Amino acid sequence: MEPATKTKKQVGLTGNSAVAYAMKQIDPDVCAAYPITPSTQIVEDFSSYYADGKVGTELITVESEHSAMSACIGAAAAGARVMTTTSSQGLALMWEMLYVASGLRLPVVMTVVNRALSAPISIQCDHSDSMGARDSGWIQIYSETVQEAYDNLFQALRVAEDARVLTPAMVCMDGFITSHAIENIALLDDSEVKDFIGEYRPKRSLLDVDNPITLGAMTLQDSYMDFKHEQSKAIAGAKAVVAEVGKEFGERFGRSYGLMECYRLEDAEAVVIVLNSAAGTTKVAIDRLRDKGTKVGLLKPRLFRPFPHEEIASALAGTKAVCVLDRADSMSGFGGPLFSEVRSALYGRKGCPPVIGRIFGLGGRDYTVEHAFGVFGELYDILEKGKVEKPFGYLKP
Amino acid sequence: MPSGAVAEKKTKSSVPFDYNKYLRPNKLPHIWCPGCGHGIVLKSLLRAIDKSGLAKDQICMVSGIGCSSRTPGYVDFNTMHTLHGRALSFATGVKLAKPGLKIIVTTGDGDALAIGGNHFIHTCRRNIDMTILVYSNAIYGMTGGQFSPTTPPGAMSTTSRYGNMEPIFDCCELAKAAGATFVARGTAYHTQELERTILEAIKHKGTSVVEVLDQCPTYYGRHNKFKSATQMMEVIEKEGTVSVSQADKLPPEKLKGKLLRGILYRTERTEYCEEYRKLMEKAQQTK
Ligand SMILES: Cc1ncc(C[n+]2csc(CCOP(=O)(O)OP(=O)(O)O)c2C)c(N)n1
Ligand code: SF4
Repeated sequence: MEPATKTKKQVGLTGNSAVAYAMKQIDPDVCAAYPITPSTQIVEDFSSYYADGKVGTELITVESEHSAMSACIGAAAAGARVMTTTSSQGLALMWEMLYVASGLRLPVVMTVVNRALSAPISIQCDHSDSMGARDSGWIQIYSETVQEAYDNLFQALRVAEDARVLTPAMVCMDGFITSHAIENIALLDDSEVKDFIGEYRPKRSLLDVDNPITLGAMTLQDSYMDFKHEQSKAIAGAKAVVAEVGKEFGERFGRSYGLMECYRLEDAEAVVIVLNSAAGTTKVAIDRLRDKGTKVGLLKPRLFRPFPHEEIASALAGTKAVCVLDRADSMSGFGGPLFSEVRSALYGRKGCPPVIGRIFGLGGRDYTVEHAFGVFGELYDILEKGKVEKPFGYLKP
Repeated sequence: MPSGAVAEKKTKSSVPFDYNKYLRPNKLPHIWCPGCGHGIVLKSLLRAIDKSGLAKDQICMVSGIGCSSRTPGYVDFNTMHTLHGRALSFATGVKLAKPGLKIIVTTGDGDALAIGGNHFIHTCRRNIDMTILVYSNAIYGMTGGQFSPTTPPGAMSTTSRYGNMEPIFDCCELAKAAGATFVARGTAYHTQELERTILEAIKHKGTSVVEVLDQCPTYYGRHNKFKSATQMMEVIEKEGTVSVSQADKLPPEKLKGKLLRGILYRTERTEYCEEYRKLMEKAQQTK
């Protein structure tokens, strides 16, 4: 991604304020939400925009996330452009409805401010919330920085509403680390946003009384699977649309986005793969190691659902050892969720490098440059010894 | 005295009450803001528990999520801090597995009546033996002052910038209508009376609900231009309520806009765990 930007203004905003501002610029028809740390501030800011008459949105302050997502689904089914936000237990409580939104092919767009799940209670960051929703049929886009969280929201909307896709999307950023940190970011003009996202005119909706439809009807053995197959194809197809929209965003505003970001990867031997803010820390470690002549690099997937397996496998061709860092544990699976995906993507490829997985940063546990050094150290050990002793496990504190 | 221990001033009329007996001093200081009513409620609760004669290990305190729900963390009973809105369901499980335990649930108005409203009515309906203390501060304190189902119409909150347009739930009426067999209201201002009310609630067999009006100066107070926590206590808790024992003697105009304090409703009805046990025995006999 190029740091240069065509847009003028640089403004210091927290991740949450930036998302709220993006929502103001999008001005969705309906927003139904319920407060939860660390995403609360988004709707708090947004409700000020609403109160000041800056948006035409219907803001529904419901009594739980279960109701929030249900109201979003109802509104989207009626043909509205709908957005919401949540975190952690809130997302967990939406679980039942996540599948309804995606199964009904309603392009709801939600910011998920990543936070650990209870028990024990933690309000700090990890990815167990959004990883728990990875099979729910939602597109998942991850954001390293405040700028990315802001930019990703417009793109997620475009992708979700694209007639080829019609699938809900969540944009994730790290709780507190990104949501509460102030960063200087470049904002788009309102008119630029309006031009980029366009108007949302669903082909079918409950408000189109001349063409009545039924939603969520009972299906039996003869058809349920066909619905799922169609849905599966649509979300897989979203990959191309994400790439297309990311490119267009770059052409218009100077910041282009791909399916992933490759940082000093071209000639890298040892590579770390990680989502969200930890990528930034890893880049610092990489720069320092590169200064000493070590060939290290980073691959930061931006899109996790649909998973760009081919692109990731190709980007890793030529690397000698890979460590996937997961900020969520799949509790006795074969490594964390990102690790399993990456390893499967590489399986059967010629010259497949050894891949290890390490769980890190649960419940806000710090991930520092020193930790990144440790991970690269482990990878060079593997290269030296020629074998992997521990394919996956927890990162050493 | 450990650093977190609570010191009580010696007064002429009373021997100092040893709160530390029931607290976990290493978990103090608590998170509550200066002026918050939740700590006052906790003190009344501990004195009531002391008077009830229950041993610490006989009690299980369960809560959901919220400032009020932090209570169990500070007390030396069997305690469980669960999920927002679900305290009563967790507590129901504990009670059915261990009917011998005295269950006390500490919950907020949001926790009990908004996200957990469904569990609230069904717990009352079953009349399962537990004491539910609803710390009613008319706001979601923990998440920054959004309106709750007890925020009065017209009141300001983070999510009602031009005044709340939603009507309220009357916690006590709701509990009674849903089937609770003991319903009472107290305030953080009337601490002695609250202690007596909670003691009666603990002694009651069946679902006992005590709505405790207390104050959140940080959010409700600031949003609604109260000068201080004490002013909130005076206006909302003292002047805003009338004791049931006096209500009969007062002319209707004096009762207008005031909430009743004290035990509002008490009756007897089959308790859920007992009914459950009887059913089990019957089913086993017919086998
Ligand atoms: C499923 C879920 N949604 C949202 C939250 C965030 N949350 C924590 S406490 C709270 C409201 C607490 O209000 P109340 O119960 O009235 O207690 P108070 O803090 O005022 O004592 C909310 C919305 C959560 N923890 N879990
Ligand atoms: S925010 Fe309100 S309810 Fe929470 S501790 Fe502070 S005063 Fe009490």
